[in-house]
Amino acid sequence: MINQNSDIILSVSDLHATVDGTEILKGLNLEVKAGEIHAIMGLNGSGKSTFSKVLAGHPDYTVTAGEIVFKGQNILELEPHERATSGIFLAFQYPLEIPGVSNRDFLRVAFNAHRKARGEDEIDVFDFDDLIEAKLDVVKMDAAFLDRSVNEGFSGGEKKRNEILQMALLEPILAILDETDSGLDIDALRTVAGGVNQLSTTDNAVVLITHYQRLLDYIVPDYVHVMADGRIITTGDKALAQELESRGYEWVLEDHRAGVTA
Amino acid sequence: MANSVSEVSTMAATDPREVYLQGLVQTVKAAVPEDLALSNLRSRTELLLKEQTFPSPRQEDWRFTDLSALLAIAFTSPGATSGATTVAEADIADLRLPETTGAQLVVVNGRFSAELSQVEGLPPGAIAGSLRTLATQLDPDQLADRLAQASGGHDVFTALNTVGFGDAVVVWLPRNSVVETPLQIIYVSQPEAHPLIVQPRCLVVAESGSALTLIEDFWGEASDTHFTNAVTELWLDANAQITHSRIQHEGAGTFQIAKTVVTQARDSQYLGTAVDFGAKLARHNWEIYQTGEQTTTKLYGLGAIAANQHSDTHSLVALSHPHGVVEQEHKAIVDGKAHSVFNGRMAVAQKAQHTSASQLNRNLLLSDQARVDTKPQLEIVADNVKCAHGATVSQLQSDEIFYLQSRGISAPQAQRLLIYAFAMEILDRIPLATLRSRLAQTIAQWA
Repeated sequence: MINQNSDIILSVSDLHATVDGTEILKGLNLEVKAGEIHAIMGLNGSGKSTFSKVLAGHPDYTVTAGEIVFKGQNILELEPHERATSGIFLAFQYPLEIPGVSNRDFLRVAFNAHRKARGEDEIDVFDFDDLIEAKLDVVKMDAAFLDRSVNEGFSGGEKKRNEILQMALLEPILAILDETDSGLDIDALRTVAGGVNQLSTTDNAVVLITHYQRLLDYIVPDYVHVMADGRIITTGDKALAQELESRGYEWVLEDHRAGVTA
Repeated sequence: MANSVSEVSTMAATDPREVYLQGLVQTVKAAVPEDLALSNLRSRTELLLKEQTFPSPRQEDWRFTDLSALLAIAFTSPGATSGATTVAEADIADLRLPETTGAQLVVVNGRFSAELSQVEGLPPGAIAGSLRTLATQLDPDQLADRLAQASGGHDVFTALNTVGFGDAVVVWLPRNSVVETPLQIIYVSQPEAHPLIVQPRCLVVAESGSALTLIEDFWGEASDTHFTNAVTELWLDANAQITHSRIQHEGAGTFQIAKTVVTQARDSQYLGTAVDFGAKLARHNWEIYQTGEQTTTKLYGLGAIAANQHSDTHSLVALSHPHGVVEQEHKAIVDGKAHSVFNGRMAVAQKAQHTSASQLNRNLLLSDQARVDTKPQLEIVADNVKCAHGATVSQLQSDEIFYLQSRGISAPQAQRLLIYAFAMEILDRIPLATLRSRLAQTIAQWA
């Protein structure tokens, strides 16, 4: 929901980033306010996933210029776990399997890390169990999943639901969903989207990175951005996504080239 | 016969390894008490040793485990007559597991300690204690059929133990005897003024239909030079079950060479978990011989070593009958300049049709200077079998660490969590909650 008076949560300006010496982000600008839902679309290789990883602080990426200001603080010097505890959450495109760590323990350790960062006491196993079981409803997940190893043997849909469960638990201020919809069947997509909608409030914000307009039928974005060559080249509302769906990306890219050369 | 023996010894005098071995033979013989002469068995075995030499890395079986450091050490036996070394109850109190109260056997430097042991938790008919005092309760012929009669008895260190063990723990379960209280054997290495070679020996016979949970705990604290050469023989008769946890946390100066040999009759089930944390150099030969069909064998191993530690597991599963099931998973966590070796041999003979076997060896390297050598060795003659194997050597995955970091967990905490998880997949196989959590604690502190 757009409200011009809302606080700016995220402000990215002229962001350049490289991986293995290759520049992927080439001057990206984005501003996200509280209550807003942004969708970032674009072809493969446009830099969408790189952007999400740079926000979360993935060590393989080097920021060479620009800044990322989150809640008024430049976060480029923060470790990934510090970004997380300050309120940034990345839902992974390919959530990792962690054999031997139960989902329940993983969630508790993560939750307590957040509490510790806020100067609060860690909560014990029993209180945590009550808390997490209440959250399961958000993604319609069976409690049995809590006692399995993190994501091990989970189907694609179960892994994505598990990401949203983590989001429900950690209550981020900025959630970045990196192709959370890719590869999901329609039921799983509805469940995941329903979870995100439930968690979306006027105090937080969501950035959806997606290939497909279909997700945006279930999570309605306030802004749709198109990325190409490491930059956001155009921004519109949800109608832009529908246009991309019917006409493809070529016209946006051509308009952009024309604009650049004009 | 006497002539040929002296000829062999004359020839042996030229090779320092042979000289050293023969010296060790004489040393360990000094540990044999008069009431445990076992002259036939020991002299036969000594003859076998005349034909052997002290292992060198030139032998395939010892390629990655160099025992040369031992050659410079003159070991002595704990005196047979000068009285057994003792250990204070306070020193071992922490090792006693609450679940095993009433079924704890304590062995100090290879000698059974009646004062420190308890057997009142065992069911009637079950025998447990020292071979030296149990002789009257055991049928001599049955004993002779089992003691030192498992395959592989000619291996140099097994034979050395047989020639010179000064005592043996014997556990004998009659038919259908189900031991509800897990039995814990604590082997204490207690240093003396001179470097010791101690030779714990254990014989477990589980007669048909019997069941036992067994914990063997090899423990020492001292960093003094010490040599433990242990042999445990387990016999599972038809339909018997043994769940076995073997924990090795010897002192930092200890060389431990150990053999666990399991002979499985038809329909028997052996589930073994071996944990290696201690010692300067540890070699565990874990051998399973099948003597009947439809046996189940599960072998789980975990090594966690650092600094200059060396840990070597050589396993052998020899299948010679149909419908055997084998599942093996061996893991190692290797830090510092430590060196971990795994050699997993599975021999599936022509008769062992419908065998289902799997073997997995996973290694986690925590430092650039740590080293792992792994070798699966499948020898399959039977044609209708399922045998899968795999080996991995990896470092902690940066993507996994990043995933945990992205949930607010710091990098060091993420590493600890991943190491812990890696280890717990093996430790979770241990049936005793107290032991499991103690080992888990060790890993949590270690990581």
